[in-house]
Amino acid sequence: MSTQGNANPNSSVNNYSMSSTQNGGGAAPCQNGPGQMYPAMYTASSYYSSAPPAAYPTVAGHSAPPTGKTPVSSTGYSGNYYQSSSGLSPYPAPGTHQYSNAPGQSFQQTAPYAMPAGYYGQVYSHPSQGQTQPQPQQLQPNLMPASSGSNLGAPLYPIVSYPSAPGSSQYGTLRSSQTTAGQPPVSTVMPPPPTQSSLQQYSQGIGATPTPAQPGYGAPPLSQAATVNGQSNAVQQHYDQNLHNPMSHHYAAGPPNSQGPDKERPPSGTPGTSVHSSPQHHPGLLYGDRGVNNAISSAAGDHSSSSSDHEEEDEEDEEADLAAPPAGVPAKQAPPFGYNYPTMHPAYQQNPAPKPNPSPSHGGYNPPGYQPYSQPFPSLSELSSALGGLGGVSELEAETLRPVNLLQERNILPPKRAPPPEPNLSNDLRKVNCSPDTFRCTLTNIPQTQALLNKARLPLGLLLHPFRDLTQLPVITSNTIVRCRSCRTYINPFVSFLDQRRWKCNLCYRVNDVPDEFMYNPVTRSYGEPHKRPEVQNSTVEFIASSDYMLRPPQPAVYLFLLDVSHNAVESGYLNVFCQSLLDNLEKLPGDTRTHIGFVTFDSTVHFYNLQEGLSQPQMLVVSDIDDVFIPTHDSLLVNLKESKELVKDLLNALPGMFTHTRETQSALGPALQAAYKLMSPTGGRVTVFQTQLPTLGAGLLQSREDPNLRSSTKNVLHLGPATDFYKKLALDCSGQQIGVDLFLLSSQYSDLASLACVSKYSAGSVFYYPSFHHIHNTAQKQKFQKDLQRYLTRKIGFEAVMRIRCTKGLSIHTFHGNFFVRSTDLLSLANVNPDSGFAVQMSIEESLADTSLACFQAALLYTSSKGKRRIRVHTLCLPVVSQLSEVFAGADIQAISCLLANMAIDRSISSSLSDARDALVNAVVDCLTAYRANGSNIQPSGLIAPAALRLFPLYVLALLKQKALRTGTSTRLDERVFSMCELKSQPLQQIMRMVHPDLYRIDNMTEQAALHLNDSVIPQPPLLQLTAEKLTREGAFLLDCGSVMYLWVGKCCNETFIRDVLGFQNYASLPSNMTEIPELQTTYSERTRAFISWLLESRTFLPAFHVVKDDASTKTSFFQHLVEDRTESAFSYYEFLLHIQQQMSK
Amino acid sequence: MEAAVFILSLVDCCALIFLSVYFFIITLTIITLSDLECDYINARSCCSKLNKWVIPEMIAQALATVLMLVSMHWFVFLLNLPVASWDVYRYVKVPMGNMGVYDPTEIHNRGQLKSHMKEAMIKLGFHLLCFFIYLYR
Repeated sequence: MSTQGNANPNSSVNNYSMSSTQNGGGAAPCQNGPGQMYPAMYTASSYYSSAPPAAYPTVAGHSAPPTGKTPVSSTGYSGNYYQSSSGLSPYPAPGTHQYSNAPGQSFQQTAPYAMPAGYYGQVYSHPSQGQTQPQPQQLQPNLMPASSGSNLGAPLYPIVSYPSAPGSSQYGTLRSSQTTAGQPPVSTVMPPPPTQSSLQQYSQGIGATPTPAQPGYGAPPLSQAATVNGQSNAVQQHYDQNLHNPMSHHYAAGPPNSQGPDKERPPSGTPGTSVHSSPQHHPGLLYGDRGVNNAISSAAGDHSSSSSDHEEEDEEDEEADLAAPPAGVPAKQAPPFGYNYPTMHPAYQQNPAPKPNPSPSHGGYNPPGYQPYSQPFPSLSELSSALGGLGGVSELEAETLRPVNLLQERNILPPKRAPPPEPNLSNDLRKVNCSPDTFRCTLTNIPQTQALLNKARLPLGLLLHPFRDLTQLPVITSNTIVRCRSCRTYINPFVSFLDQRRWKCNLCYRVNDVPDEFMYNPVTRSYGEPHKRPEVQNSTVEFIASSDYMLRPPQPAVYLFLLDVSHNAVESGYLNVFCQSLLDNLEKLPGDTRTHIGFVTFDSTVHFYNLQEGLSQPQMLVVSDIDDVFIPTHDSLLVNLKESKELVKDLLNALPGMFTHTRETQSALGPALQAAYKLMSPTGGRVTVFQTQLPTLGAGLLQSREDPNLRSSTKNVLHLGPATDFYKKLALDCSGQQIGVDLFLLSSQYSDLASLACVSKYSAGSVFYYPSFHHIHNTAQKQKFQKDLQRYLTRKIGFEAVMRIRCTKGLSIHTFHGNFFVRSTDLLSLANVNPDSGFAVQMSIEESLADTSLACFQAALLYTSSKGKRRIRVHTLCLPVVSQLSEVFAGADIQAISCLLANMAIDRSISSSLSDARDALVNAVVDCLTAYRANGSNIQPSGLIAPAALRLFPLYVLALLKQKALRTGTSTRLDERVFSMCELKSQPLQQIMRMVHPDLYRIDNMTEQAALHLNDSVIPQPPLLQLTAEKLTREGAFLLDCGSVMYLWVGKCCNETFIRDVLGFQNYASLPSNMTEIPELQTTYSERTRAFISWLLESRTFLPAFHVVKDDASTKTSFFQHLVEDRTESAFSYYEFLLHIQQQMSK
Repeated sequence: MEAAVFILSLVDCCALIFLSVYFFIITLTIITLSDLECDYINARSCCSKLNKWVIPEMIAQALATVLMLVSMHWFVFLLNLPVASWDVYRYVKVPMGNMGVYDPTEIHNRGQLKSHMKEAMIKLGFHLLCFFIYLYR
């Protein structure tokens, strides 16, 4: 490596900058994603015989399946780079532009952007917009003076200025005063750079060009390109100075000792212009060798493997560039505005900042009151146009603070599910911030002090969904994972680089050194740009951890199934369904060649199955001593799935038939669990329990505690907590041995879920409940069970995981919600982690945050993947700190608040009582609105006033009070209530919100108007309806989406065409009462309806059960219980609830 | 008269012995809790350690109270009574599914660790006071 580096010592600064431009430029961001690029890599090996061989092993190691297959992780990687690189650059520009130009009318003009911001596929179809946008801007020179181009690129920091903004501008501003010495030589080099850097810019776009999917960049309108070009050149120069000067300065004036370790760094700033003379692929070799020599699986290794192949694409691009500069350059200039946004932004951030509409289509986003509102503030709008991004923010804030009289506002629901509020951050930070789906805070403006927080009377907390299935995830292989030395925070986009060598932790403010390895950027393959590393460009990253992060060698995937085979279980017929599902998904179980599997069945005895390879058929071993259960044989009960696959299949085929005539009604769940614990404790893994009745034998036996007569009492509900600590203890034992227990309860009678659920709750498992499951009599339930199993068996899984949540000094986490065991103050122990579980934490402000403008939160999840890799997934969220009460209200995220309150209420109802919890919920609303009234001065005296940001607060709380978990007065089985509590505590936010406040749509008259066009299918977008029977008409058909269940309510006089074309029946009378799916008919009506429903289901992991409800059917009640705005015999209607709140407030 | 004084001093002595046990217990509680706060031990072992001492502490406290009642030291008895009843109350009030007064799954939630710590500190103060009362009576 060193020799290589010294081979061209005169390359100096420019060589460096050049290598950064070339590689970083051409190859960089996108191609690293091996997704499409793997083929290229093979060719690369033939081109560069020296480099790639070293690269291959790293790639293979990185993603377990050897070469041929595209590994999941890397696909994600590619997705990220390549999407953001191509999609991003044009996008932010139009947003800011449009807004700044004509903020007044811009609400109407949003239509052009109605393209789905979050969906990458669409982004590409619009890049031309990015290019057309600059024109209007030039027309307004007075608003955007000369530097408008760069203004956009290096965005203003409206409210919060933060030195670590990952853009390049930071270096420029920080060092511009120092760089004067180094300037002259560099500026002589400047002439080449325009093309160079144009290339560099192009790199962001070019990611798209080689692949046919992105036609946008291929043919940009040339006429406009000219102006674009002119403009962007300016940007370039600006940029180049920023970037390169500091470096030259650094090398020129830097202390000599800094050159010691890095031999490849050239001696001081000799401005050699050998840039073009050196062969293009040289750096590739150089870094390829670097990978070899170092023989480490550093980031360099990982990326250089792919980078060497980009080289040739680079070359081609560059050749084209040089050959035909006039045509080529403009084409590459296309996305100039994106440039200063560093390469890889998570694509979800792409929606233009000021508009709160990441929802894929918001053509109809015009909430009542929005439009009229924007007019009274012309001055504000002008201001906003002058300040670029700032205006949108403040306007947004003003909008969220707009007082709403809840008693008068009838249609309070927005036509689309409202997106989470955007934190009030500079564009740069906002773009790299963590996705709200993963990480959300109840207050997007963090109050400065606890006193301020208390004044607002809102809960402060975080909602996390850390192991969510992601479509794009940068995976980083690196020898040293850079972390703060005192608080162990992982480096993240919100740290500040003091200079090239030091960074300041954003959580504890300690200044740390940048390790040498971190100076090299594997993405751009340039050196000396630590701020462009993927860790610093993405708020969600995954590290491949080294052995420092292992207490033992990564465990294999081990699955044990614990099946109830008592009479009750056999009767319900679940065994058939389960065995069939497992047989179908046996290949898809996550794991590698080491995957182990085992089965245990139990009734009054415990049965083990010997599946040793070589046996002709599975051997059943019965242990009848349930008081002291033991493992009959140690080596062959958990077997390697690959080796014993045939035996496993035999067993699964035989199992349903084996117990058909059983007379055993007892169930020894406790002993079976103990056996499972003993069996699994050497390895850890996942135990899946299927239980169909109350455990009646052995340890952990339970009695029926439910009194059916009290199901609908309005007084206190008893027995919400566990009856014994057996399951809790067992769960903690399991958690200690890295065993996660998932519980499937399929029972028609009371089974004391409150006690049983503990076994999953504290071992980080999940609970599924299918009340009155029967394979024949209850087909809807059976279908749901099948679908859930399908997802459950094939979903990702992480073993032996721990999660730590850190936050900025001054904030502290005091309560955790979710399924896990809190091992020490901030360490959550998760024996298994699955992509469908969410977590919540409550925080308090211990010290004043007055001396900081940003608060950051980092969740780091360390887990072993099913392929036996130790990985760390890190999410970082950054939020502004405010000192005004009004700002705290403006940033309130009502959905997150409701979810956190739900979690708190459930804790309260278990530790205290249900009525206490209900009172506390109502008080939360009363307190908050009182606080707002006390704070606001310009409010009408009468009426119930809430800030617009919190206008749904009473509605959501009312909906919470009507949940199965918290309702009183309506007949609710204890198990169902407890299950609902479990769900509220362990589901991610989206799911909870759908459960608490379902979406109601009218779907019999959906039109193409405002429809969404997604890859040649048209998806109609009916508006959300309020959850009241008032909105239902007999002539209509309505879809109610409750997350885990969907109802299609068909009115008595429903349009016959709908019934015929969509449901496939002649008329209303012939509709069966237990329909559970929509038939696939070839009519446009049906296709449209199904397109809409499948669009709703798109992001769901568990498919909901589907019920067609006739107006007269008995299932009607299950539909109507979700209409939370209506009055029931024991609960308020929405209006009454508001009056109640008003009354409480005036007390 | 002499006999009464003799019995009294004996009782006091007993109380002192019990007290030293308290001290042990209370100090242990504080040390263990602060260990937990600083992450030296995990919640599971901390709680099982502490739960072991809940019943001995309760019995000792009750016994001391009863002894004071027997020896008719009303003031000291009244001083001891609330502490003893608090000990009994918190033991009785443990929910059925919990693993004792200190539950590892909940000790980190809702500031429980802090309130336990506070309780232990108050008790330590109380016993120090008692110690000197017994010593100089």
